[in-house]
Amino acid sequence: MKRSDVDVAVIGGGPAGLAAALAARNEGASKVLIIERNHELGGILQQCIHHGFGLHRFKAELTGPEYAQRFINLVKETDIEVLLETMVLEVRDDRTIYAVNSTDGMLEIGAKAVVLAMGCRERTRGALRIPGKRPAGIFSAGTAQRYLNIDGYIPGKKAVILGSGDIGLIMARRLALEGAQVEAVVEILPYAAGLARNVVQCLEDFDIPLILQSTVVQIHGDDRLEAVTIAKVDENWKPIPGTEQKIECDTLLLSVGLIPENELSREAGVALDPITNGPKVDDTLMTSVPGVFACGNVLHVHDLVDNVSKEAERAGAFAGRYALQQQADAARRVKVEAGENIRYVVPHEISLDKPVEFFMRVQRPEQNVVLDLGGLRTVKKPSVRPSEMLNITLTEEMLSKLEGDTLTVRIVPQKEDGVDA
Amino acid sequence: MNREEKAKKKVQVAIIGGGIMGTLAARELSRYDLDILLLEKEAEVGWGTTKANSGIVHAGIHEDPGTLKAKYCFPGNQMFPQLCEELDVSFKQNGILVVALSEQEMETVHMYYQRGLERGVPVRLLSREEVLAQEPNLTPDVVGAVFAPEGGSVMPFELAAAAMENAVANGAELMVDSPVLSAWVEGTSKFLETPTHVIEADLVINAAGLFTDEIAAMFGDDYFSINPRKGEEYLFDLDLEGLVTSTVFPVPSGPTSKGILVIPTSEGNLMIGPTSDNVPERADLGTSYEGFDRIFEQTRRLVPSLDARKIVAQFAGLRAASDRGDFIIEFSPTVPGLFHLAGIESPGLTAAPAIAADLPRMLEEQGYKLTPKSDFNPRREGIVRFRLLSREEQDELIRQNPAYGRIVCRCETVTEAEIVDAIKRGARTLDGIKFRARAGAGRCQGGFCQPVIMGLLSRELGIPVEEVTKRGAGTEQIYFAAKELLGKGVS
Repeated sequence: MKRSDVDVAVIGGGPAGLAAALAARNEGASKVLIIERNHELGGILQQCIHHGFGLHRFKAELTGPEYAQRFINLVKETDIEVLLETMVLEVRDDRTIYAVNSTDGMLEIGAKAVVLAMGCRERTRGALRIPGKRPAGIFSAGTAQRYLNIDGYIPGKKAVILGSGDIGLIMARRLALEGAQVEAVVEILPYAAGLARNVVQCLEDFDIPLILQSTVVQIHGDDRLEAVTIAKVDENWKPIPGTEQKIECDTLLLSVGLIPENELSREAGVALDPITNGPKVDDTLMTSVPGVFACGNVLHVHDLVDNVSKEAERAGAFAGRYALQQQADAARRVKVEAGENIRYVVPHEISLDKPVEFFMRVQRPEQNVVLDLGGLRTVKKPSVRPSEMLNITLTEEMLSKLEGDTLTVRIVPQKEDGVDA
Repeated sequence: MNREEKAKKKVQVAIIGGGIMGTLAARELSRYDLDILLLEKEAEVGWGTTKANSGIVHAGIHEDPGTLKAKYCFPGNQMFPQLCEELDVSFKQNGILVVALSEQEMETVHMYYQRGLERGVPVRLLSREEVLAQEPNLTPDVVGAVFAPEGGSVMPFELAAAAMENAVANGAELMVDSPVLSAWVEGTSKFLETPTHVIEADLVINAAGLFTDEIAAMFGDDYFSINPRKGEEYLFDLDLEGLVTSTVFPVPSGPTSKGILVIPTSEGNLMIGPTSDNVPERADLGTSYEGFDRIFEQTRRLVPSLDARKIVAQFAGLRAASDRGDFIIEFSPTVPGLFHLAGIESPGLTAAPAIAADLPRMLEEQGYKLTPKSDFNPRREGIVRFRLLSREEQDELIRQNPAYGRIVCRCETVTEAEIVDAIKRGARTLDGIKFRARAGAGRCQGGFCQPVIMGLLSRELGIPVEEVTKRGAGTEQIYFAAKELLGKGVS
């Protein structure tokens, strides 16, 4: 078994891993390693051939592969080591990593700091428990995207898409562009789950119906999918009898949510947040296991890759500092809590000695509200919606005014005389 | 193809159906000097009732006295450790616990305990405290239980595939994609017509599961019928492993079911089910909201912390229940040389090895001469399970074959080498890979690895990706190449 030692080991070479590795190296960590299971860097961005990436980061509208390539080029200019087609099998709480590939066999890697950047996976039919038969022709939207954009195959010619997550919306347009008929996108919520711009550009521009407050209640077809039955749902998401509608199709794509892939984290003893399904982290993005950091979609599912890069740079920099033993322990720690209409906030704990960027999502859409961070900062928002992440920074000065041991983040209605914007 | 054009073939024994019963019968008879042909209608063996079976190796306390079920269940149970060792398949002797939630239910528990004692089944009565000490996640409402430590759990599909591989290694022949279309008798010969062959056999063993009555009727032998009874099952993520260690049964409420259970499978996933509902249609493999609600409500009564969000897969199977309410293990009363293995419903999996082992006796009693082969090899080596090896063993394996260093299925840690091995053993479809090598069986349900497995099947079988199927003809996953639809005006 080959043994090696590094300062920072980054698990995953997608956008989060790339940005974290670069930041760790820039921080002065000399031996930085990226471990990637695919044959190339870039992660899921490589199959996202549509444009719309990098508007914030680069002020340009890039495709997924273009966005990834900018970071890959930067990595190539450094001495960051990259292991491709290498699967991490285990991370131990002492930061020993076991990974395999076909040329080196089993690798034992000792790391002073580890950055978890494994991304997320898609929810499955089983998780939704859609009733009916089990024919061929049912895919998660991301799998269909990979078939089409990487392998060059179209699953079928008549599709229904369940769930209006961004991948589902993107795939609706992608199938339409390929000449397939997209019968409908069906969403259980009263509003689209994906970004507003994707609803316009992927559905409205292609005359693809978005059917809200509805779900698939039956799968038909013994061999290949023949049809789905959809129905309206009540406020508890229960199908309403009598509202059923059968739609013939040979393909059903599921875009019904993403789950951070934390199997390695869990085995390493990392404490997880049941809401995000990602690790609980402090303001250095360190998990409950010392020296193990997390960023990107393994931490919480992001809306924009630009935000992933930003978060990962923080995680990478702090991991670098940790490896160099430059990170002093904070004197005081404060818990961050999700209050009214906040689904979750990352980080979960802060130390008040440095500026903190908070990422959060709301529980439900609301208009004319104020985002209130423990009274330390308030920001007016004309509208908030679950599909769009909110991020906001508190400076050291703002944090210095915090009293007590909890910072509660909440959404409150705007008052007539208003608060500062 | 009309009948005259089909290839002719003559064998001594034709077995119809490659489920657990047919494959174990084939293996048992391959101990003797016989030419044996097994006909399977699907693309691979074990794809009917076997595939959707709960995988429980019953202890032998549930069956009513005087039934064939009772006769074969406990002896079958006793054969599993050696059978699974010989065939190198996973078997977990995790024990069976029948739990009473009231004093009234304790009466049934006592009845099972007595039955166990009478049959020689190892059983123990447990008090409430003893049950909870053994299974701390059971409901505190438990009153007591009977525990049968020799109950267990297997992967029924894996066992059927392994039994068939071993039978083939000992000279039996397997023909897949070979439904029997018609059957007739000429003199002492029986004839079976498949889409490609006309097969002449001295002895026909009807192990066609749900379709045993239809096969019998083809011979004019319509004295029994099969009434399919559906069971839905729901499978949890591997991270619930250990929530319960034994298979937990309630006290059954009716005569046709052992109730809805919490089952730790031999692979570690927890499973809940099955329902037990008569259905008219033999292709009715759908799951339902209603079925899930019933299963979840009843199993939560036993294990309150079950979390529905952790379910990764669902499926349904049909039990081949006979109108006799018992196994039918006998020569046809009207067609000499036609032997029925019908109505092998629960505890059919458990009983199957004992029924198979009893076959030679029953055949000899009818005058068949069986000569044991000196070179019968009872052993079969399974697919190496990379995930279950030590780090050192994994390292060594990659040195021998670099394909073990390529992890294809990340959820179940399945390597390319294991998938190629499964294909060499007869896997031809995505489901075949999933059942034999577990690639695609995990929490992402093939979301990441399915395109890669499609590529491996295409490469190893020498067929285009568009021809790779989920589970045989008609279940193709991919219809077109990119750009193929453009300008075609799909409506």
